[in-house]
Amino acid sequence: MNEYAVIGKSVPKIDGRAKATGQAKYTGDLTFPNMLYGKILTSPHAHAKILHIDTSDAEKLPGVKAVITHKDVPSKKYGISPARWDENIFCIDKVRFVGDKVAAVAAVDEETVYKALKLIKVEYEVMPAVFDPREALAEGAPLIHDEYPGNINTEIHQHFGNVEEAFSLAHYVRTDTYVGQRTYQCPIEPHSAISLWENGKLTVYASTQSPHYFQYYIAREFDLPMGNVRVVKTYVGGGFGGKLEPTGLEFSGAVLSRITGRPVKLFYDRKDMFAHNRGRHKIFMELTTGVDQDGKILGVHSNFIMDGGAYTSLGIASAYYAGALLTLTYDFKHYKFDMLRVYTNLPACGAQRGHGAPQPKYAFECHLDNIARDLGIDPVQIRLRNARKSNTITPNDFKINTCELTACLEKARKLSRWDEKKKSLPKGRGLGIAVGSFVSGAGYPIYRTDLPQAAAIIKVNEDGTSATLYTGATDIGQGSDTVLCQMAAEGMGYTYERMKIVAADTEITPHDFGAYASRQTLMSGAAVKQAGEMIKTQILDMAGKMMEIDPEQLDCREGLIFIKENPTVQKTFEEVARRFFVQKGPLVGQGSYTPPKLGGTFKGAAVGTSPAYSFAAQISEVQVDDETGEVTVKEVWDVHDCGMVINPSLLHAQVHGALYMGMGEAIWEEVKFDSEGKIINPNLSDYRLPTALDTPKVTSELVESCDPAGPWGVKEVGEGATIPTMGCFANAICDAAGVTIKSLPLSYEKVWRALREKQAVTQKEEPSQDNSVVDENDLLEMALFQTGLVKKGVHN
Amino acid sequence: MTVNSIEGKDGARRYPIQLMVNGDTYTFVVKGNRLLVDLLRKDLGLTGTKKGCELGNCGSCTVLVDGKPVDACLLLAVEADGSEITTIEGVAQSEALDKLQDSFIDKAAIQCGYCTPGMILSAKALLSRIPHPNEQQVRAAISGNLCRCTGYVNIIKAVLAASQQEERRVEE
Repeated sequence: MNEYAVIGKSVPKIDGRAKATGQAKYTGDLTFPNMLYGKILTSPHAHAKILHIDTSDAEKLPGVKAVITHKDVPSKKYGISPARWDENIFCIDKVRFVGDKVAAVAAVDEETVYKALKLIKVEYEVMPAVFDPREALAEGAPLIHDEYPGNINTEIHQHFGNVEEAFSLAHYVRTDTYVGQRTYQCPIEPHSAISLWENGKLTVYASTQSPHYFQYYIAREFDLPMGNVRVVKTYVGGGFGGKLEPTGLEFSGAVLSRITGRPVKLFYDRKDMFAHNRGRHKIFMELTTGVDQDGKILGVHSNFIMDGGAYTSLGIASAYYAGALLTLTYDFKHYKFDMLRVYTNLPACGAQRGHGAPQPKYAFECHLDNIARDLGIDPVQIRLRNARKSNTITPNDFKINTCELTACLEKARKLSRWDEKKKSLPKGRGLGIAVGSFVSGAGYPIYRTDLPQAAAIIKVNEDGTSATLYTGATDIGQGSDTVLCQMAAEGMGYTYERMKIVAADTEITPHDFGAYASRQTLMSGAAVKQAGEMIKTQILDMAGKMMEIDPEQLDCREGLIFIKENPTVQKTFEEVARRFFVQKGPLVGQGSYTPPKLGGTFKGAAVGTSPAYSFAAQISEVQVDDETGEVTVKEVWDVHDCGMVINPSLLHAQVHGALYMGMGEAIWEEVKFDSEGKIINPNLSDYRLPTALDTPKVTSELVESCDPAGPWGVKEVGEGATIPTMGCFANAICDAAGVTIKSLPLSYEKVWRALREKQAVTQKEEPSQDNSVVDENDLLEMALFQTGLVKKGVHN
Repeated sequence: MTVNSIEGKDGARRYPIQLMVNGDTYTFVVKGNRLLVDLLRKDLGLTGTKKGCELGNCGSCTVLVDGKPVDACLLLAVEADGSEITTIEGVAQSEALDKLQDSFIDKAAIQCGYCTPGMILSAKALLSRIPHPNEQQVRAAISGNLCRCTGYVNIIKAVLAASQQEERRVEE
């Protein structure tokens, strides 16, 4: 008999049939009697004073039921990061980016809504704008928020150990600079929200990753008790971080519903999605590392500037994560991290898969390859020499229970036939390696509270033939509904096939913070396990009475209760559950999870803490066309340490998706702006998502691991496979083409330019040291960067 | 177009059209700018046809028009007059799912599910044209359907597995 009956098996997704038949209803698919449609009017200017808003023509249009501006809504500032509430529902005196929210309309149909938006007259006085964070830091730059002098949104200076001393003792010290681009989550389902305000109670159906944070912030904005705000998650068509915070649709919709007395559906079209954004930050990164003669890392200094856009969003966390998580994969003592997150007149950036970590990891993995090359060490070897081990603590006080990074590296090397291929790959082909690590849930919630991270209730049907799990955990496609039902059934001694689930409805399901920071398998799972085990205890007690035997001698598995010493003596779960209900009332189990106290005491110590960390190694093989610069990804190998696996099929599917997303960001994806701050590619063809024709052959494998912090030993997977990907491709392209490109994405054009430059240099017979070639714009960027706006910040 | 139009009281012209949707015939009177996707979703309540971009980029609204995969956001309802349309709701035969639907569930090819209806219909059009496609043909056939969750890996596997399933039946 397997140790486990339900977990560890690739059961089909609980919502697979609903999704395959079109029965699954997403927010945009819902309608309510008498429902209106609404949209938000946004700013066409990047930075402008609002002089006057005239809504009278829009109000006169037949079919329009309400037009609202800042005068009609609370002026209380909001945001997702409590330390920096800097957004208003509608702009009051000025707009800060192209797409900033100015007014909203509710009307009988979408066509009327679009017509009405055009009839709202807003008089602006355009002001100078700034789109580059380094320029925004300069003296005399336009000030975006009066409360934030120098346009500095977040400033971080952390120092652990003594980096300067480590560098002075090092055999070799190298500095590299890189630029990570702005990307966007691009869930295929656009945001929408339906608000119904009736008798002082507000109900919002939303495409959300966290009903709880929506409920909390909506209640706060309208001074409602949380009990009078119900947030219901529908099926969600992907989030990747972009649906974690309120989008503005909920607030406007609520007010429009209150005014009209009707349900109102607000929606973003694809262009609005890009304008609202909250995707990955553009980031300028300078890394300095000192190593001994064997390539063992002694100390690291990361020195970053982030373009935050016009508001904070989740960017404070992104800024801390960018540097904090760099200490996870390699074991070194001395670490210094400096960061400025800067306001610009561009859409706000927030949390995107891997939250803050993938780009710094890209930079570090390229930087480490440079060091390995300079010292003549194989890239796998230098990683093996530095790989973190289990039961260690990072310099910034993250406690690592299990870390099988060495096993991941060895297995990836073997699977990809690294050693053999490194010697034999033809010209234009290359191999690259990178590693990564990620949290299994953030140790602390986004706002300060003593609420547990997760809670769960399981109710067994009166006749015992089914059981329903009530959880606030939020399935946005990753499969938490399925995995949590497996965990519930395992805990109960029941079967997956008889589990039902009600999830993510703040009025029905118990509290949970939702889908972010890869938290649900560990955190929601811990609460579910506890609830399941509580059912099991009660059912065995009742069975003991029925069988006249000490319940300690009984066990329950897959719906059968049996004597451990003599498993042929059985009772069914149904008969015992039914007897329980008749004698004692509802058979209910409950659980909750609060992590242990985690992390150090320095400023920002909470960000990056987690009960457990996943680890991964990735190797990719690419082909670079010498003539055109075109990059073709041939094959990718991912080996993951993600603890005990609850559902192998869904787990590998997470790796595929995370890897694909990282691949898109590595080679093609970038949100681009014109000189006035307007997005020039706000659609799904000019913003180049990878298609089925771009997908390489992917091998996803695991190493044995079981973390004591997680229920049954689980850790995260959903974001971990995005962390190494960009660095992995960058290193492969460098290996294939012999050029280093120091900014993402590693586009064909950049590769082509670098190859031409290399050719020109070779012809002049003056080979540059490492053939690092970047375009003129990047050189300028790096020069500005190195001369040092970051360095004016006080270190230590 | 051969049909007569009617001028509404608002001055906009409206056109009578007839569509066969999932085997049943319906008559509508629509404005010239009515998109097929909105007609299916709003007038027939067939919300399995999704809207992701309204520009023909994402393929979420893919339906079969006379057997061919079409982005329903790029087709005016009047252009579809007289056509036979299959939406995701018309793919399963009562309780039994289509082999593609089964295969998508079996191969973990569904995550958020938003692209799934369009994917399945594009794959269905492929298999009716080429019952046993190779991998490259599968990739090409679904390259107009964007998925942000799966990396396409399991979707490609699911379509290939469904095509092989039929082969087995024929051999038996």
